[in-house]
Amino acid sequence: MSRIKKKFEELSQNNRKALIPFITSGDPNLGTTLKLMSALVDSGSDIIELGIPFSDPIADGPTIQRASERALAGKTSLSDVLDLVKMFRETDQETPVVLMGYANPIEALGVDVFVARAAEVGVDGVLVVDYPPEESGALNVALQENKIDSIFLLAPTTLEARITDVAALATGYVYYVSLKGVTGAGHLDLEDVSKRVEQIKRHVKVPVGVGFGIRDEATAKAVAKLSDAVVIGSRLVEEIEQSDAKNIVTNVEGFIRSIRKAID
Amino acid sequence: MQMQEDLQNYNFPDQKGHFGPYGGVFVPETLIHALEDLRDNYEKLKNTPSFMEEFHNDLKNFVGRPSPVYYAKRLSEMLGGAQIWFKREDLNHTGAHKVNNTVGQALLARHMGKKRIIAETGAGQHGVASATVAARYGMECVVYMGSEDIKRQASNVYRMKLLGADVVPVESGSKTLKDALNEAMRDWVTNVENTFYIIGTVAGPHPYPMIVRDFNSVVGEELKIQMPQMIGRQPDAVIACVGGGSNALGVFYPYIKDEGVRLIGVEAGGSGIDTGKHAAPLASGTPGVLHGNRTYLMQDPDGQIIETHSISAGLDYPGVGPEHSWLKDIGRAEYVSADDDEALEAFHKCTKVEGIMPALETAHAVAHAMKIAPKMSSDQVLLVNVSGRGDKDMATVATASNMGL
Repeated sequence: MSRIKKKFEELSQNNRKALIPFITSGDPNLGTTLKLMSALVDSGSDIIELGIPFSDPIADGPTIQRASERALAGKTSLSDVLDLVKMFRETDQETPVVLMGYANPIEALGVDVFVARAAEVGVDGVLVVDYPPEESGALNVALQENKIDSIFLLAPTTLEARITDVAALATGYVYYVSLKGVTGAGHLDLEDVSKRVEQIKRHVKVPVGVGFGIRDEATAKAVAKLSDAVVIGSRLVEEIEQSDAKNIVTNVEGFIRSIRKAID
Repeated sequence: MQMQEDLQNYNFPDQKGHFGPYGGVFVPETLIHALEDLRDNYEKLKNTPSFMEEFHNDLKNFVGRPSPVYYAKRLSEMLGGAQIWFKREDLNHTGAHKVNNTVGQALLARHMGKKRIIAETGAGQHGVASATVAARYGMECVVYMGSEDIKRQASNVYRMKLLGADVVPVESGSKTLKDALNEAMRDWVTNVENTFYIIGTVAGPHPYPMIVRDFNSVVGEELKIQMPQMIGRQPDAVIACVGGGSNALGVFYPYIKDEGVRLIGVEAGGSGIDTGKHAAPLASGTPGVLHGNRTYLMQDPDGQIIETHSISAGLDYPGVGPEHSWLKDIGRAEYVSADDDEALEAFHKCTKVEGIMPALETAHAVAHAMKIAPKMSSDQVLLVNVSGRGDKDMATVATASNMGL
């Protein structure tokens, strides 16, 4: 059984929802990211989404773009991200790690090389923001062969017929983008999210996570009520951006604890 | 003869928007529905006679088409080789070929009931053309422009503002065209329900490369009628500058099956291809995925997009339309480059000898014609697509040539 599946089963037995934080690898540097990964687990995270930095992140807002720019200023490459997971696995064999990024750095390394190395270092899922199902054929085959989950996005604009197409390919969990916009935008319409998650759940067999627009304890709590997992990215990356080397771990832990408490 | 046979059946993109391995729909899920909706509406409207009539009527009466074909006799004689002819897109309303596409897309937007249009711009020509059609059809218009380009193209920024557009400076990344495109995509992701994104070049996700090509193809279609009237035959070669590649594809596409006509695209060589400071992905890039399509890109070994350099803001882009990548791979079009100095020299020559001041983008195509014409015979004909006029480039040329304004 995959680490992601196992994690969701455990959570559901305990009537808990998954907390999935997103941080960008190499922001502000790789050593800190490694420390932050453990801090995320220690403060109550269930799955870690690790961003692969890219120069032109069209689906991300200014906060995550700046995180990418900081990581790229330190020359963080996809190989570095894979090495980071390898180091994390030396101390943590339980927490699922999902890599999230854009197609080009993966194609530059080579889809097959990337997937083989991801499997080797212990990556559990991959989400490529600009690989909709239409364009993700080669990656999906490679992921499946290597028993890595294919995480897909669903959007408020996704038609019902398409949800069934995605359902046929999705493993691990699906990620519902809870608003029309880029990461870090505001104005979450909870009633709308609730309706859409119900609709998605009619077709998708894997758990449904909700992200984009979750900024505080109140939104996290509300979203946890109507989904299986809460994904929190921009707000956490802001915390990292505003911290210095001395307080970064404490700040991140404090923030994740407050969210954990709110959703339990 | 495999190649010849293939060309006679040339029919790209395929149903999924691919030109061989290039093109496609590499976008976040949020945009998929909008792109499918656009594709379906376009497929329907392009076969609707009243829509195409409306389009051609505005091209005639609003843009001033057909644009003339002109024999650059003094330039040709000075070079002493092939005859150089110009397709005068610089005479269009707003001063460049860009307006052909914006008229078409604005009409599409109107038929789809979208009242807000957004656009990205590099040199400002596409921004001006978008702001112009927004004024013409009474639509709200927001133009994203890199803050670096805003400095280089102040007069176009002012024109857009006069036309009622909101010009938003983009401060991220290299602060040029690619960053403006990123920002426009983000706006579209957010406002997809009421907003039509007018992409200005033959790049982006399917169906944009096809739509922009089709609307710009009016240029090549006119030429195919005009050239036999002027010289009794088609030209030996068609030359056009390539940034994203919309003016080039506009003249190339109608000629793809005419194998006697060489198609030559000229990329921005910047400080020189060997310096790495240029904007010539077809000359020295590798395939990758950016802005919704797979195509040749300027990228580092890690797949990060690298900063480009060109004296011309309109060519300063790290990618190129996917159909150009395909035409390069199948060998139907040739891609070369002209550097900043060659473009500047061509700008001055063309201005002084012909009384036609080309845009700095266009000057790259003129530069290549000047390079090859002397090696050809006087009965051969080079057709340069003069994609735009150079009024917008006064400040850049003055600085680069150490002349005061």
